[in-house]
Amino acid sequence: MKTLISVIAALLTIVITTSAQAFCGFYVARADTSLFNRASQVVLVRDENRTVITMANDFEGEVADFAVVVPVPTMIEREQINVGDRAVIQHLDAYTAPRLVEYHDPDPCLRYDRMEMSQNGVAFPKSSAEMKRAARSQGVTIEASYTVGEYDILILSAAQSDGLIRWLNDNGYRIPRGARGVVDSYLKQDMRFFVARVNLEEQSKLGYQYLRPLQVAYESNRFMLPIRLGTLNAKGKQELYVYALTRTGRVETTNYRTVKVPTNIEVPEFVQGEFADFYRAMFDKQTRAEKERAVFLEYAWDMAWCDPCAADPLSAKELRQLGVFWVGDSNNRTTRIAPSPAQNVFVTRLHVRYDREHFPEDLVFQETGDRQNYQGRYVIRHPWKGETSCDATQYQASVRDRQEREAQQLASLTGWDIDDIRAKIPFSGGQSPLPRKEPWWKRLWG
Amino acid sequence: MKASSRHLDRFQDPRYYQIAVLTSLVCFGVIALDFGIRWQNAATIVITALGVQFLGTLYAKLPRFDPLSPLITSLSLTLLLRSDEFALAAAAAAIAIGSKFLLRFRGKHLFNPANLGLVTLMVSSDQAWVSSGQWGSAAIGAFTLACLGFLVLTRARRAETTIAFLLIYAGLLFGRAAWLGDPLAIPMHQLQNGALLIFAFFMISDPKTTPNSPAGRVLFAALVASVAFIIQFIYFEPNGPILALIMSAPTVPLIDMLARGRIYQWANPAACAKNEAKGV
Repeated sequence: MKTLISVIAALLTIVITTSAQAFCGFYVARADTSLFNRASQVVLVRDENRTVITMANDFEGEVADFAVVVPVPTMIEREQINVGDRAVIQHLDAYTAPRLVEYHDPDPCLRYDRMEMSQNGVAFPKSSAEMKRAARSQGVTIEASYTVGEYDILILSAAQSDGLIRWLNDNGYRIPRGARGVVDSYLKQDMRFFVARVNLEEQSKLGYQYLRPLQVAYESNRFMLPIRLGTLNAKGKQELYVYALTRTGRVETTNYRTVKVPTNIEVPEFVQGEFADFYRAMFDKQTRAEKERAVFLEYAWDMAWCDPCAADPLSAKELRQLGVFWVGDSNNRTTRIAPSPAQNVFVTRLHVRYDREHFPEDLVFQETGDRQNYQGRYVIRHPWKGETSCDATQYQASVRDRQEREAQQLASLTGWDIDDIRAKIPFSGGQSPLPRKEPWWKRLWG
Repeated sequence: MKASSRHLDRFQDPRYYQIAVLTSLVCFGVIALDFGIRWQNAATIVITALGVQFLGTLYAKLPRFDPLSPLITSLSLTLLLRSDEFALAAAAAAIAIGSKFLLRFRGKHLFNPANLGLVTLMVSSDQAWVSSGQWGSAAIGAFTLACLGFLVLTRARRAETTIAFLLIYAGLLFGRAAWLGDPLAIPMHQLQNGALLIFAFFMISDPKTTPNSPAGRVLFAALVASVAFIIQFIYFEPNGPILALIMSAPTVPLIDMLARGRIYQWANPAACAKNEAKGV
């Protein structure tokens, strides 16, 4: 592994840095989920048929407008629902993000459209007896209703989708057009609907200014994520991040290709300041190269360590908060850099951009036995800028060659114009490499 | 004259085509799809399979060492089995080829060798798996695979197992979609699966482990398709077809008793016929 020599300190806007030199380079910055608009985050803890799903609620609007409708494969009891801690998901995002590049989200007011989540219109909650009566008359069974933390939660089943959709609409859940077929399909597959919205009274009592993630634990052979309802909103493509935490190894989709994002690539120094654009452009290009039908692997690592670390590995306590039921209660900090096998948790970060056309089916996953560590990692190599006491012509020539190579790699990864890239590179010795004679046909068809 | 006819015979053996097609698929997978086939695993599987076949030839006192069948088994295993451990890749190959010599019934081996190797490893180890989604669903890719596979089958002249399996499995998928009210895009997407096509064209089609009569083969294909569907869509376990084949394999002798037919022999030079009469 190449060591990255970086001189970054004051410019950093991201505070977590490594203190020691790592085999895989100095950590500079990361590409976390705030890079993309309309991104949802889901944590899936899975061991055999036990599943804990955590849905991050970084919804930023009037909380009264928030609602979520998620198909679930089994009946859910009160004790199977929990309200988690948003910071843990942010930590997991930071720990698994593609690294060594800097990014700072300039727009804190992004609104997110959640997978499977439809935003609630204005609604005045009815009394529970009233709701049940209305439900029965429409063939909808409210199997359970709970208040957990700041959420009012219902578990619904129904004989027919029509009644369920009418009931949801009557009760202020705005269900997208065309949902009937999809809801029908889930009902026939014996799935229930987990429906939640914010109880304003409870929320003001608890005093949270934001929505905390909802967590559900259940047992089911189905290791899947229902994305079909989310594709009904004709709002274009949606970004989804899935963090899978397993005991055995990497998680992949069985009905779509899981592709690794390009990694270990040297890029020009200026990418440090343009990381957001770089990663977005690269992700766009990779998505198109896979005909918009692939799920991308951004990180797969044993949770016990990292190298370089974009953030500390999660503690046993944090893992338990996410539902990793097989780790102990102790609050031992895991080590960085050096592997320690104690955790027995393997994390996989998948990133998918989906719409109805390219992702007709729900995502189905499987756990593999692959424990090879993988990370999206991009490398900046700063040339020596100090005094030289010898003739450095050769060194400078080699740096220029390297810079030219980096420019070409960047162009091929992102589709950016090679001349624009070259213009931003301070070529070693102050000279750009000799202009290469390109064959006349090289730019004929762009 | 005799020499040239022997030369021709050799090229009528469908296994040469099968090896060529499977090798191109491995190359396609490694170069174009980059889906995690490790060359070390491929080498381990091929060497182990040939080694075990050689030992088996000595054990069964066969007149000739035949590298073709173990090569085909090795290529199928390479395409479908994923593992980070060489030892597991070697174990899969050894179980696959070993079973041909040890698990026999009425002159035929009971299990499809590659299928048995795969399933044994999948069931007994956390470290081996099948990446069924890694072929993607690009229609053109699937179409190419299907055509190449078909070539092998028409040479093998026993296409009915594959055709029956695919038709019945597709029928079940479309039937499920119709019942659920799902759009056709869903069963179409489920069918555009490289691993499913590899299974249909190169695994279930193996003439040595399918029933001897055409009617028997169609019945067998229907059984495998139904069991695969149940595993995949009722029990929601991945790799339905691969598991279904192993579960259905013990019915082959029964089907053979009901519907008699001739044991398949690879079209091959006379020297090999003795070998084939033993069915290995």
